[in-house]
Amino acid sequence: MTEDTILEIKNLHVRFPIHIGTVRAVDDVSLAIRRGEVMGLVGESGCGKSTLGFSILRLLRPPGEIAAGKILYNGRDVVTMSERELLAFRGRQVSMIFQDPLTSLNPLFRVGDQFVEAIRTHEPRVKPKEAWARAEKTLQHLGIAPERLAEYPHQMSGGMRQRIMIGMGLVLHPGLLIADEPTTALDVIVEAQFLDLLNRLREQFNLTILLISHNLGIVAQMADRVTVMYGGRIVESGPALAVFDNPRHPYTQGLLASIPNIKLDQPELKTMPGAPPDLVAPPPGCVFAPRCPQVMEKCREKRPLEFNLSGMRVACWLYA
Amino acid sequence: MNVPPHETTVQSGALLRIRDLHVHFHIKEGVLRQHQATVKAVNALNLDLFPGDVFGLVGESGCGKTTLGRAVVGLAPVTAGEIRFKGRSIVGLEGRAAFERARAIQLIFQDPYASLHPRKTVCDLVGLGLKLHHLAEGYEIDERVLAMLERVGFSIDHMYRYAHEFSGGQRQRIALARALVLHPELIILDEPTSALDVSVQAQILNLLKELQREFNLTYLFISHDLGVVRYMSNRIGVMYLGSMVETGATADIFRQCQHPYTRVLLSSLPSLDPDAPHRGILLEGDPPTPVDPPPGCPFAPRCPEARDRCHVDKPALEQRGDTPTHLTACHFPHLA
Repeated sequence: MTEDTILEIKNLHVRFPIHIGTVRAVDDVSLAIRRGEVMGLVGESGCGKSTLGFSILRLLRPPGEIAAGKILYNGRDVVTMSERELLAFRGRQVSMIFQDPLTSLNPLFRVGDQFVEAIRTHEPRVKPKEAWARAEKTLQHLGIAPERLAEYPHQMSGGMRQRIMIGMGLVLHPGLLIADEPTTALDVIVEAQFLDLLNRLREQFNLTILLISHNLGIVAQMADRVTVMYGGRIVESGPALAVFDNPRHPYTQGLLASIPNIKLDQPELKTMPGAPPDLVAPPPGCVFAPRCPQVMEKCREKRPLEFNLSGMRVACWLYA
Repeated sequence: MNVPPHETTVQSGALLRIRDLHVHFHIKEGVLRQHQATVKAVNALNLDLFPGDVFGLVGESGCGKTTLGRAVVGLAPVTAGEIRFKGRSIVGLEGRAAFERARAIQLIFQDPYASLHPRKTVCDLVGLGLKLHHLAEGYEIDERVLAMLERVGFSIDHMYRYAHEFSGGQRQRIALARALVLHPELIILDEPTSALDVSVQAQILNLLKELQREFNLTYLFISHDLGVVRYMSNRIGVMYLGSMVETGATADIFRQCQHPYTRVLLSSLPSLDPDAPHRGILLEGDPPTPVDPPPGCPFAPRCPEARDRCHVDKPALEQRGDTPTHLTACHFPHLA
């Protein structure tokens, strides 16, 4: 672990034992996030990106469990933390904002009271009035009038609620913010406002963000580095520029080619045949082999190793 | 108001003609539900759809694009205005005529998990329309169902499976087969791929395009995704707060859009190129609600270029530049 690594995930396995077998939602994933960077985690539904996010906070819903591996936050292993330690860890060290800002806020309490509760849970000695004042200060950074703390969530628009969620995520000054599909519920114009805000906050507070999204556009705009997941595994990881301009893994290439481009007249979209793998019984070799246009004999038999290509990690036999 | 250009050039050639359409909902507001308010979901809207058109209707949530689609098939109440299908009014149809419209105009919904009965077999789902409309009987139903299923990428193995056994993309293909088997003349697709992953979306979009060419179908393609709309449509309409603010050929809109709202919408899209950092035109404030919209231009309260006139005088949708098919509802449009 180097000096500037804030979070390091080592050989993480997350499983969901269900009646028909065991879903290998995250299958031997290793990933490091550096202090001050925005790491984009992309992939399609069911690829394990959200599960990975929840694992970092040990918030997996049963029957999900971490079967093996380490999650080191500033050198401390989250996997072995006790419930008591977790209480101090969540929100304070690492916080998370979710896709749906409506269900993340309690409709029965004023927004300000929810801030106060969040602050005082972690710092019981802070007086309610002080906590409220801190919430007001946070709101100013978000471009929201402090008076709105006295409102209930239903009085706010979707974009406003998502800004409030960001505020709640930041009020305790965590070292790492996990944003799981933060703009999926928002329209493009509100999304643009939100991303602009996130960029400003990032510079102001030197935030480290794990940005989980299926939307490659927002990841291209926000992330310094990008990790692509498929079938519970990481297929490619590297600087955003390299991944978007020159993707190496056939899955990343296929994914990027299948997005209708706003800037081009395309006669036909390239498609990947087939569907994502069944994670109860994944294919024996590379998980992408059944859909891969460049598949080789070896791919069907042996799980690909990770290869280093000038700063990028690619799990594909093409680069052996 | 100017006569829309199509009317003079293509005499009554429109498959669907919408004139001055209003769809209003009356709601009660306030704590005591005493205050009456009107949601003007669709407000004085005009639209012409020609045979073979793929008309992309875009806008943010709440702009009325879905309501417009639903009004065409009689699922939303028309307060005022005219909807003509092949020259005949289809507002307030009942009985046989409504039944025939249900065959001729098909609607594909956004959520394929809610639109297919989970406990019916694919054969039943796709074949029911044939039976109800007396288009086929007995084994002929199965034959036609199978032919259509094969066309959208299934085989006979899938015919007697239940809808719940299929993935989102497969379900959307079943919904498509169910619509196509009735030989509709117009298909309204309401966000048909927004519930799907991008790789599956690409498969469905390509299939939709193929089918459109093959059967010379007419689509009203409703979507919030401008990339998808650019890929699919030959004409585009941009809606804002119940009104059409700009419409024209896809190529014209993307080359030179005239309405400030369209410009904002286009510039808000995150680019896939990390080198081209986001330099969108940022709007202040939140999208307004269609409850009692402003009297002037609906976009005026947020428009970066609004002037006094915009707040009082609602601009008509008419030709502003050199292209007769490119119409914009703006007093101060961007012209090349």
